[in-house]
Amino acid sequence: MAVKVQAENFDLAAELAGFGQGAGAVVTFTGLVRDTDEGTLDHMLIEHYPAMTQKALGDIETQARTRWALTDCLILHRFGALKPGAQIMMVATASAHRADAFAAAEFLMDYLKSRAPFWKKEVGTKGEVWVAAKDSDETALDRWTK
Amino acid sequence: MTLDVLYFAWIRERIGEPRETVDSNAATVADLIDELKQREDRYALAFSDLRAVRVAVDQTLVDFHAPLAGAREVAFFPPMTGG
Repeated sequence: MAVKVQAENFDLAAELAGFGQGAGAVVTFTGLVRDTDEGTLDHMLIEHYPAMTQKALGDIETQARTRWALTDCLILHRFGALKPGAQIMMVATASAHRADAFAAAEFLMDYLKSRAPFWKKEVGTKGEVWVAAKDSDETALDRWTK
Repeated sequence: MTLDVLYFAWIRERIGEPRETVDSNAATVADLIDELKQREDRYALAFSDLRAVRVAVDQTLVDFHAPLAGAREVAFFPPMTGG
């Protein structure tokens, strides 16, 4: 079980070495910096609230472990200036069977989207714009509270 | 009471600094926002639409009615966009 917040890139294979030993299923998700439709993105600037980030991610991880039978869980999120195609974050979940691992990974992603204190700014050839939260990100949480 | 007040993302940009120490008599977050808005236009601008503002007291998300008694750090930021 781990939460990592870092500027450095990560190696998925290295992060998964020894992860979830003895589990029957491991699910991983990796988020990448997406270019704009027009291809105008120079980089994505990710800001966070260090004093809160570790706590918020730890709370989300604890909730996931309470809801599903996970044998292991990893949340890694980067901050700083990231180029298109760069890895932003990853989650990994391990459980005896795949259903718990998949559900927990989706839960982690839904909560990271709107409950982890990160903010993204797209810096491009046509200026800078803060990425707005989507209503759909908030409604995605509803299915976990019913 | 003395509070560390932090700003993130476009709220930080509008206010022009990432953090400051504020001497406040505010009982709640909403009172603190009112105090800040009285100060200067840049605060009034940053807090003009509270639907776009989220707040954490001592690193925990709260709503605008949350009390500030015993609080040390208040952070204002837009809806989060992690992941």
